[in-house]
Amino acid sequence: MAHATAGHAPAHHRTNTGTDNRKLLMWFFLGSECLFFGSLIATYLIFKGDSVVGPFPHDHAGEKGILDIPVTSTSTFVLLMSSVTMVLAVYGAQHGLQKMMKLSLLATILLGITFLGFQTYEFRTFGHEGLNLGTNIFGATFFVMTGFHGTHVGVGVIYLSSLLLASFRRSGLGPEAGFHVETAGLYWHFVDIVWIVIFTVVYLIPT
Amino acid sequence: MATVAGTLARPANVGVWSWITTVDHKRIGVLYGITAFTFLLWGGIQALLIRTQLAVPNGTVIDAERFNQLFTMHALTMIFLAVMPLGAAFFNFLTPLMIGARDVAFPRLNALSYWVYLGGGLILTSSFFWDAPSAGWFNYVPLSGQTYTSDLGIDFYVVGLLTLGTSSLMAALNFTVTIINMRAPGLTMMRLPVFVWMTLIISFLLVLALPPLTVGLIQLLFDRNFDTHFFVPEAGGDPILWQHLFWVFGHPEVYILILPAMGIVSEVLPVFARKPLFGYPAVVFAGVAIAFLGWAVWSHHMFTTGMGTVPRTVFATNTMIIAVPTGIKIFNWIGTLYGGSIRFTTAMLFSIAFIVTFTIGGISGVMHASPPIDGQHQDSYFVVAHIHYVLFGGAVMGIFSGIYFWFPKMTGRFLSEGLGKLHFWLMFIGMNMTFFPMHFLGLAGMPRRIYTYDQGLDWGFWNMFATIGSYVIGISIIVFVINFFRSMRQPKTAPNNPWDAATLEWATTSPPPEHDFDVVPTVRARDPLWYDRDHGIEAPEPTGEHIHMPPPSYYPILMASGVALLGIGVLSHLALTALGAVVIIYSIWGWALEPTD
Repeated sequence: MAHATAGHAPAHHRTNTGTDNRKLLMWFFLGSECLFFGSLIATYLIFKGDSVVGPFPHDHAGEKGILDIPVTSTSTFVLLMSSVTMVLAVYGAQHGLQKMMKLSLLATILLGITFLGFQTYEFRTFGHEGLNLGTNIFGATFFVMTGFHGTHVGVGVIYLSSLLLASFRRSGLGPEAGFHVETAGLYWHFVDIVWIVIFTVVYLIPT
Repeated sequence: MATVAGTLARPANVGVWSWITTVDHKRIGVLYGITAFTFLLWGGIQALLIRTQLAVPNGTVIDAERFNQLFTMHALTMIFLAVMPLGAAFFNFLTPLMIGARDVAFPRLNALSYWVYLGGGLILTSSFFWDAPSAGWFNYVPLSGQTYTSDLGIDFYVVGLLTLGTSSLMAALNFTVTIINMRAPGLTMMRLPVFVWMTLIISFLLVLALPPLTVGLIQLLFDRNFDTHFFVPEAGGDPILWQHLFWVFGHPEVYILILPAMGIVSEVLPVFARKPLFGYPAVVFAGVAIAFLGWAVWSHHMFTTGMGTVPRTVFATNTMIIAVPTGIKIFNWIGTLYGGSIRFTTAMLFSIAFIVTFTIGGISGVMHASPPIDGQHQDSYFVVAHIHYVLFGGAVMGIFSGIYFWFPKMTGRFLSEGLGKLHFWLMFIGMNMTFFPMHFLGLAGMPRRIYTYDQGLDWGFWNMFATIGSYVIGISIIVFVINFFRSMRQPKTAPNNPWDAATLEWATTSPPPEHDFDVVPTVRARDPLWYDRDHGIEAPEPTGEHIHMPPPSYYPILMASGVALLGIGVLSHLALTALGAVVIIYSIWGWALEPTD
């Protein structure tokens, strides 16, 4: 080896598994996140249908459920489309297609912000209809679980925006652009997959 | 050699600033060690206060409220601020050296882990100035709910553990990647030193066990401050959920505490028995099996909650099965000693004591794996005896063995063997005097966590005995501290490999240079230095090539201050939390753009 390197090894540096340290770190971090969301979702499932007072999520004893499934289906579609644009951004970054990468990153960010807009709308509507954190166990489990998911989308938006901003520097994202965008993509897709589980558990499966 | 232009010039590696900005795994290990040992002393003082109060019936040294705070904080201090970070001190210092790497995979992240740990430790400890947590270390609801504990203590608990959890998670991710990805040529997984294997296993445990605790803490925080009812049965919640979330973390946590000590013992015994570790693959796989089974036993802490027959049977069976891999390890250690040419150094004495006392604690563990017996043991001093035999007799004995063993490598100096043996015997006798009578007290019906007891209960004699024992432990610690400072005044005389050990850290100088190895070693066998010695293979000559080491950085401590502000904001004013978030985002950007070449 011409250069014995410690620490942040560049992507071409030999590792025992052949996978870059930073990508491996992201994978293990996402493994930890699985347990985090797993615990939140498990809590939701344990308490599903245990609310003593309304508003209830789904139609209950003649009372209409508070969840607006068509609206959230739309926001779910928006988030899933952001995964498509994320894939395009990774492709662009890996093949040196600067314009494609930047536009796709921008589209992903805007779709993510749109999803957060939907979530804000939903939270506000629920608030007006009398569902808060302390109203019943549905309110507590729903707001904490989806709130933490929304926070993760928000962090993803900041992450991707930072990459987009950095890509406008003279050096762009540097020789490892494809690597950086791909690692961000791992995080973004993970957050999307978590939403698919939450959407199914909360919205599609009636009490 | 190791000079490059970074963002920070480094004319000399001395002074406070060089320690604040260091990203060197050895210095971070030393920082962990000194900080954790200070917390160990503080936790010990808390324990002595508890024992002084309990020495005689109707004691009046401290009142009930302070007593509740002391036993809660004693456990939190010892577990999260002393024993876990002492393990971290060893694996920070040793892992890269043992795998033939120049540093960990993410040196700045490593520094961040330390500074966040320090911040979390200071937040938790500062609670004594306001209200210290007082609901026990596992903090059961509803006692820890707003209704029964309305002071800030529980919030300190939540914020402190969330902060410390963040630190542990980052360290665990870092070491998982380091061990999997940065081993020297020839160092296959089945040639890894057992200590490194145990570090890898606890890293996995931490990565997977911390999130459930995080979720439980968040739910408790919301219940206390934001009006939710996760743990309130009248509103559809369930207090047992806290117990499940806590122990899903809490049981792997006990393996997180003990496995580093098992790793240390597995390194020390072969060196001083002058024999390779007996049954290396069995010891490794037993460690993996313990960690794996450790996920399926958490409800044995909850036998008395009325879970039903099937769960009780399953959890009892799984718990008893853990005794099998643990027994495998113990027999392999004994097999290592058998027929060896044993040198009874202080490190060796601590390791042998580990086997003995840990076995006693392990056997009482098997006893309360049985639900009907556990019903009798629950919340009695018998459980206190068990936990201290595995944590003090196990983890702490192993850690002291490691300190005496690696002290020459870490400092270039030897600890005095004479004072060391005095330390050992005082600690071994004191430890057994303190904790063995607690078995009797528990069986005689003394509940844990009572701040005093009446004259006629017949508990006075053994309580006084245990208190005397705890002072003997205190004296042994003073002997160790004297030994430490005396040694630090001696000249550095330690050669590379004073004990004739087999693992790679002994191939470099004592203490090692900043870049660890002049030439990255090549590993040809499981005990590389013994193989090279027996086959006449000389250490390779330094080539004088340029070795690039990462430059120091102040972003870790800056970002850690942001993390601490997040927590302090939750305890005081939310504006501080917002400020913390800004500091963190700024640090991440600065961090990402900081050149490391």
